[in-house]
Amino acid sequence: EALVINDPDFQHEDLNFLSRSQRYEQAIRKSSLMVMKLREYGIADPEEIYWFKSFVHRGRPEPLDLHLGMFLPTLLTQATPEQQDRFFMPAWNLEIIGTYAQTEMGHGTHLRGLETTATYDPATQEFILNSPTVTSIKWWPGGLGKTSNHAIVLAQLYTQGQCKGLHAFIVPIRQLGTHEPLPGITVGDIGPKFGYDEMDNGYLKMDNFRIPRENMLMKYAQVEPDGTYVKPLSDKLTYGTMVFIRSLIVGDSARSLSRACTIAIRYSAVRHQSELKPGEPEPQILDYQTQQYKLFPLLATAYAFHFVGAYIKDTYRRISGDINEGDLSELPELHALTAGLKAFTSWTANAGIEECRMACGGHGYSRCSGIPDIYVTFTPSCTYEGENTVMMLQTARFLVKSYTQVSSGQRVTGMVSYLNDLSRQRIQPQHVAARTVTVRINDPVSLVEAYKARAARLVEAAAKNLQAELNHRKSKEDAWNRTSVDLVRASEAHCHYVIVKLFTAKLSEISNAAVRAVLTELCLLYALYGISKSTGDFLQAGILTDAQITQVNQRVKELLAIIRPNAVALVDSFDFHDVHLGSVLGRYDGNVYENMFEWAKKSPLNKTEVHESFHKHLKPMQAKL
Amino acid sequence: SVNPDLASERQTASFSVEKLTAWLDGGAEHTRLRRAVVKAIECDPVFSRENQYFQSQNERYEAAVRKAVHLQKKMHEMGWSENGPEFKYIYRAVSGDIAFLLHRIFMRSISVLGSDKQIAKWIPLASQYRVIGSYAQTELGHGTYLQGLETTAVFDIATQEFILNTPKISAMKWWPGDMGRSATHTVAFAQLYVHGKCYGVHPFIVQIRSLQDHSLCPGVTAGDIGPKMNYEHIDNGYLMLQNVRIPRENMLNKFCEVQPDGTYVRRGSQKINYFTMTTVRISLISDEVVIPLMKACTIAIRYSVVRRQSKLKPGEQEAKILDYQTQQEKLLPQLAAAYAFHFINSFLQELFDRGYREIQRKNFDMLPELHALSSGFKAMVTQYSTSGVEICLRACGGHGYSSLSGLPSLYTKILASCIYEGENTILFLQTARFLIKSFMAASTGQPVPPSVTYLAAVKPGKCPAKNELDFLRPDIYTEAYQHTAVRLISSTAAKLQDLIQSGVKKHNAWNQCTVQLVQAAKAHCHYISVKNFAETVEKLETKAGIQKIMKHLCDLFALHGIFSNAGVFLYDGYISGAQMDMVTAAYLDLLAIIRKDAVPLVDAFDFTDKSLNSALGSYDGQVYQRLYEWAQKSPTNKQMSPAYEKYLKPLLHNTLSKL
Repeated sequence: EALVINDPDFQHEDLNFLSRSQRYEQAIRKSSLMVMKLREYGIADPEEIYWFKSFVHRGRPEPLDLHLGMFLPTLLTQATPEQQDRFFMPAWNLEIIGTYAQTEMGHGTHLRGLETTATYDPATQEFILNSPTVTSIKWWPGGLGKTSNHAIVLAQLYTQGQCKGLHAFIVPIRQLGTHEPLPGITVGDIGPKFGYDEMDNGYLKMDNFRIPRENMLMKYAQVEPDGTYVKPLSDKLTYGTMVFIRSLIVGDSARSLSRACTIAIRYSAVRHQSELKPGEPEPQILDYQTQQYKLFPLLATAYAFHFVGAYIKDTYRRISGDINEGDLSELPELHALTAGLKAFTSWTANAGIEECRMACGGHGYSRCSGIPDIYVTFTPSCTYEGENTVMMLQTARFLVKSYTQVSSGQRVTGMVSYLNDLSRQRIQPQHVAARTVTVRINDPVSLVEAYKARAARLVEAAAKNLQAELNHRKSKEDAWNRTSVDLVRASEAHCHYVIVKLFTAKLSEISNAAVRAVLTELCLLYALYGISKSTGDFLQAGILTDAQITQVNQRVKELLAIIRPNAVALVDSFDFHDVHLGSVLGRYDGNVYENMFEWAKKSPLNKTEVHESFHKHLKPMQAKL
Repeated sequence: SVNPDLASERQTASFSVEKLTAWLDGGAEHTRLRRAVVKAIECDPVFSRENQYFQSQNERYEAAVRKAVHLQKKMHEMGWSENGPEFKYIYRAVSGDIAFLLHRIFMRSISVLGSDKQIAKWIPLASQYRVIGSYAQTELGHGTYLQGLETTAVFDIATQEFILNTPKISAMKWWPGDMGRSATHTVAFAQLYVHGKCYGVHPFIVQIRSLQDHSLCPGVTAGDIGPKMNYEHIDNGYLMLQNVRIPRENMLNKFCEVQPDGTYVRRGSQKINYFTMTTVRISLISDEVVIPLMKACTIAIRYSVVRRQSKLKPGEQEAKILDYQTQQEKLLPQLAAAYAFHFINSFLQELFDRGYREIQRKNFDMLPELHALSSGFKAMVTQYSTSGVEICLRACGGHGYSSLSGLPSLYTKILASCIYEGENTILFLQTARFLIKSFMAASTGQPVPPSVTYLAAVKPGKCPAKNELDFLRPDIYTEAYQHTAVRLISSTAAKLQDLIQSGVKKHNAWNQCTVQLVQAAKAHCHYISVKNFAETVEKLETKAGIQKIMKHLCDLFALHGIFSNAGVFLYDGYISGAQMDMVTAAYLDLLAIIRKDAVPLVDAFDFTDKSLNSALGSYDGQVYQRLYEWAQKSPTNKQMSPAYEKYLKPLLHNTLSKL
């Protein structure tokens, strides 16, 4: 970290004052340097590269993201050895800069709907690529607009008059040397977005653009010179990459929310406002219960998500060994779980970042607070790598499947094993009373049970509603659609349970007593706050009584006061460097106001003492009126 | 030509869009006038927002000044006046993208707080833009809490002047619009000192820039506060004053005056100040909050019938995303809320007009209630609508994040409304204070204002609904809301009393109950919104076609609230678990019903394409074509980026080490 932050080559003007073109230019400059330095220092481990990159770009996207994160890995996993010889080293040396062009203007998450075509011409042994409609124009790929000279393009393969589904092709798009688009290629930047200013997300339109047969990635599926199509083996393997990327998003949720909490909590300790007690000086706004109620549950959430992110990564590492040996048995559950957790954590973090910004009052709205930037950089993760609602429904599909298995007498394992209890309850009704959870609201383990009961109830309700719709002579798809709001709720409850469970499990691993004590308070706050925000579920299922809900609400407020003295220490522990935090409000030294003034003086509007519009517009008007 | 996917939605409308529009406008003649104003503005190229998404902060500011100057000319040409019926449509037509909004506040504060003499001196100058004003209240370290302001104004009897100072950095004026670059004058709020005694915060007219060359006056430091999430067109500014002297006559002195010998005189009621805040809070609801929410709904709903994704049935075409229940559940409650808040705005406006008449008769009785309602609804409507716009943004998938969708700028703009004119949490607490007071009064049989009489009629009981259909009865759900509001207010009042009786100091007890108090205030506002929506629908008897669909929206608004806050309705068993399942079923069924009229319901808002300024939301639904055309206009595609020659080329040729 210090290596990067102290490197003068990576310094630049505050990005908030730069235009999009300038920000892109800075990002490219830093990426170029970064690649050189990575080579210079001999850094090659993906994890180390990830950290190096995140310090260079301070957690922001950069134009080479897709080259490094998608183009190179895809070559490694999907190219034949011959193709690797042709493309990998040039790409590694950045003679080839590539991107990954999947999403089209009219088609996102539903891959089969993509319209780009690649038609094989055996006469010339070439594929002819076409964007047949406006909706089929490739749209959004990062680095495509201005940076890349190649793209891995996903297109519907046609050979011998038949469509063989989606396949990946390496397509040169710009002339090496001049960087001009090749004939038949229309390429450009898609324009300004909500954030991602430094990224040249692009469009790509192809008109009868020909590439040699050998440019189709053929490690799995193949097209032979005469046009014969050879089918790939299993496609479950692609799950692995998705799990990995989604686990990164969970980690990113934790980090982004932690940054926002750090800023908001430090600032709330510096800001004074109104009076709590008549005649006394204005108190720190962090002393207000409403302010604590906004921020501390988010702080607890940030910690919870850290543990969840670590858990997924570990699990993935553990089972990726099995995957390489062809054992895919654990993959479906992990795949289903990460889909839901990706959605749950990114939704929560997204809303949480906004809460933090709001909690900073007017100054949170200034770009100098850094929170607007965290927000716009993070929020697209609710959509990319699988739109969140669709992700929740994937998890739901797994939950319903597990529920159906249990109903038919099978047992399920892993995080859904609580569904086994449901069937026991049904088969032996006398056990129901015995199994009623007596929830102890100061015991995290007991709260895990409460969340478990809630998840079980909502999964069961969704599954039953689905069945009822099916009995209504509805088609499978209609029934699913008419139950989808219930299904999303069930997934959310399941994810919530998993998070509370993982957080609670983590507590016993902490050896330092003081740390364990404070994290136990956070864990309790996380669990109890979650209950207080969804009291309906717990009341309706009879998991908690009115009196217990009142206790929960009361306990949440007590915990706020207990956590208050440790609040700043808890965000300091995230250990964000000021440069990385990029916030005047969240500075470690708390010298907020003088630095806001210094920052504002650099604003582009302040470049001249009298703005030119005075001479152009104001003065003539005053003269005329 | 209209995209067939959108055209088909319009053919099945269950009501006349034109009639609904006219009703929303308050009559067909208003619709005609509004359209005429919008047309006149949009035809004029100076007001074009075509390149807005591509402009820098400097360019946006310059355009806003140019538009503001041009608007003066335009108004003169068209014969529009500030007091005319056209005026309220002008702001809608320019989408707020214009400078000198604070100049208007500057003038209003002089009219309200200034003496006749001051009005006679300053208002003509300001109307002719001889001076350009701003309104400097907020400081770097101080916002909503006015007494905490640190700027000082010390009276100097010898020279009959006030000496204004910014004693420390946190006292610097920060945020006032039009002040960073444009304003020549400002109304600055400062602690008044006479003979060493502090008399509290008072308003002063301070000149900050030269009327000749616009340079800063001696002792004045001012500039732009730098980039924000939005409002690039406004030069929000900072202001530091060092021994700036202004004549005694520059203190706005309708209510308070410092006489030449230093005697401080107070006259008239201070209460009128509250009235100004109330005015501003009510007026922002429509322009700054409800209209943006309506725009966001229009964009997201139109796009959702053009966008197709995945298949609902095998073998069929990919389905419109609005046919997915989850998509309906995101968007349709926002649409219902947009209507609900439009009606709440009319309700508040009416109440406000009545209050204004009373005040002119020197009757201030309505003020506390008006203040409480305007605070609570400002907070509720801004918070609800902000999250509504964000839901619309995220419901548009990837394209929602493109600036060209129009949604990012709607969102970043509306969310400021949660902070300005009173931070929402503080406003809810103000409403709560009124509710607690009224509850106490009601429980001892004293009279209370009309909006809270329900607090006196506390009746215990259970929700009488027997089936799903019962939950489509306004009396049933309104009653449920009322019950919940009463319960939350009374239990918080009881808690407060308990704490105080157990020896906790009053202010501590208050702070310990604030989370509950906020919840109680929200429940009150939610109840009034539902009740008002139901009453509005009832009054529609003569317009059968519209009444039916409005009834559906009202039901949806009410049931969505119960569905999303199930816990507070289940608590104490007012609604049982079985009844909650009925609510859910009724709620989800309504989505499918309203789905059919979703596009006509947003068409009725009657936004022109230019005012939406969205590649996704245009009337003709040619989404993809427009997205492609607009992207090509981006400067990143027009100008050759220096990045290639400077960095990419060496990188591609591996010569970077030679740099």
